[in-house]
Amino acid sequence: MDIVVCIKQVPDTTEVKIDPKTNTLVRQGVPSIVNPFDKNAIEAGLRLKEKYGGKVTVVSMGPPQANDALKECLAMGADEAVLVSDRAFGGADTLATSYTLASTIRTLGHFDVILCGKQAIDGDTAQVGPEMAEHLGITQLTYVARIDIQGDKVQVYREHEEGYEVVEAKLPVLMSVVKSINVPRYPTVKGIMKAVHKDKIRVLSAKDMEVDMDRLGLKGSATQVRQIFTPPQRGQGILIRQDSARKSVDELMAKLTDAKIV
Amino acid sequence: MAIQFTDACIGCGACEAQCPFGAIEIKDGKARNNAACTACGACVDICPVGAILRVEEEKKVEINKEDYKNVWVYMEIAGGKLRNVGLELLGQGRKLADGLGEKLAAVLIGENAEALAKEAFAYGADIAYVVEGPEYQHYTTDAYTAACEDLIKTYKPSVMLFGATNDGRDLGPRIACRIGTGLTADCTGLGIDEATGFIAWTRPTFGGNIMATILCPDHRPQMGTVRPNVFKKPERVEGRTGELIKVPGKIRAAEIRTKFLQIIDACTGSCNLEEAQIVVSGGRGLGSQENLKLVENLAEAMGGMVGASRAIVDAGWIDALHQVGQTGKTVAPKIYVACGISGAIQHLAGMTSSDVIIAINKDPEAPIFKVADYGVVGDVLEVLPLLTEEFRKLRQERN
Repeated sequence: MDIVVCIKQVPDTTEVKIDPKTNTLVRQGVPSIVNPFDKNAIEAGLRLKEKYGGKVTVVSMGPPQANDALKECLAMGADEAVLVSDRAFGGADTLATSYTLASTIRTLGHFDVILCGKQAIDGDTAQVGPEMAEHLGITQLTYVARIDIQGDKVQVYREHEEGYEVVEAKLPVLMSVVKSINVPRYPTVKGIMKAVHKDKIRVLSAKDMEVDMDRLGLKGSATQVRQIFTPPQRGQGILIRQDSARKSVDELMAKLTDAKIV
Repeated sequence: MAIQFTDACIGCGACEAQCPFGAIEIKDGKARNNAACTACGACVDICPVGAILRVEEEKKVEINKEDYKNVWVYMEIAGGKLRNVGLELLGQGRKLADGLGEKLAAVLIGENAEALAKEAFAYGADIAYVVEGPEYQHYTTDAYTAACEDLIKTYKPSVMLFGATNDGRDLGPRIACRIGTGLTADCTGLGIDEATGFIAWTRPTFGGNIMATILCPDHRPQMGTVRPNVFKKPERVEGRTGELIKVPGKIRAAEIRTKFLQIIDACTGSCNLEEAQIVVSGGRGLGSQENLKLVENLAEAMGGMVGASRAIVDAGWIDALHQVGQTGKTVAPKIYVACGISGAIQHLAGMTSSDVIIAINKDPEAPIFKVADYGVVGDVLEVLPLLTEEFRKLRQERN
């Protein structure tokens, strides 16, 4: 089974702080990580490989530094890694990014399954997966929490507002996975050695692929960021600090009743 | 628009620190942007010497924007009823349509969608496009994308809104990509940009740490998904009518590549948190999975649903369908009770539009108290049973 996993290197947004004086983002000291949902996608890919054999290829679009993220994926057990990197990709929105990644996957050749995380924690759009599936003309299964493959058929649990939706499709498919699907493994020492010592990361630029240059990067993007700003704060409320839980609860109930909330 | 770094740069590094995307590097004493740049312009304003410029890029787009008129709302149907988010979007869509001097249309796709058109009219739609038939009994990407594609190509809307539900976020990007237009995900604000007349889509990004306003200047329709509960449902006007346009679906069953089998319930009580009036959420401060019972008890006494922080979902105490936050659900109940939740920005992004927030936490410095209307500093394990008892009493008095 040929498995492609798309990953993104992101700043760890849980470590990002807002400078209260300047009201701007403090990025200093914030580590770059493999997008957490993408790690679930790699884990899902590795488990499919363990069950059905084949190869796991990890693909990432980003600046040269994204190599570090790909190395981590190799250390987890991925067989090959491809970095798609070119100044021409800069400023890409989801439409241009998905076009670039789909073109990359086409360049790589045959695949049965494409996996990605449900969304990246920096952009939070959850769009690149479905848009890649559209560019490639294949079936998409989003918010997947469980995968069963039998022959050329895949059955998945999709997260849904009211529960899990069980859906069946034929390969090839693109699946975006949620966190509850698995617990990603840690890189092994052997894996790390392999990732560090062997130059397994193939780098592709725009000229290595058959692409329409007008559909890449900023030029190929349909959306444009007008401005960014920090979210407004909610007003400060009432803090209740009595010396016993009993008194605190009584005070809370009295205040809620006064304000006609209950 | 692109960002250009000129030779006036003094290499001070102010822009490097400012860039939310880490896309600026200082090399040989000069700043330059790398491929991670999104052209957001944060660096342009911060540069003390005006060395960073916004430059217009020439684009090759072959559509006549004048041909595209009217604001559309995709109405998601669940269990034979319209989801609230669609009705909320009719309210906001009405404002946009009036602002643009255009009409508001509802898009209804489903097995018996026509029956719901009168609801769409009652909530403000002027037109209802209906595609129905047995092929649309359950949501499938293939059938619903094909139906939307056909409608968009025939009737050419200028704006199309979707609810940011799981299916909405499955369908939106597939259509946007097929049409070749821009889609802004998970919006929490919608307006009309004064300078250009384009829709200004505002959304939290970067884990909720910053907000971005996005435009779609050259492509049509301008598309976006909008989170549930951001806008209030408009008043229902009984008897209000509109123009019903039935469009035959063109897809054949054989062209639908996915097959719906069943829905499996995995929720404690219910987990349709988006439409709940009261949500009581638990966090790591509960100490152990057994203590989650205290949260469930309070939720029951208050007549609400159970929510969860990411921490306890990750710990496996409760199903992920209960998670509230940037990567979970966005809720906006009348009352939100946060029990033992510290209030990481990612959690706040999913609940700060609640009408009233009550927080219980041991740590008086917990960030949750910054957004809470009523904060109780105390041990959740002591406070919750007492509070549950109070609400039970209240309920009995009222019955």
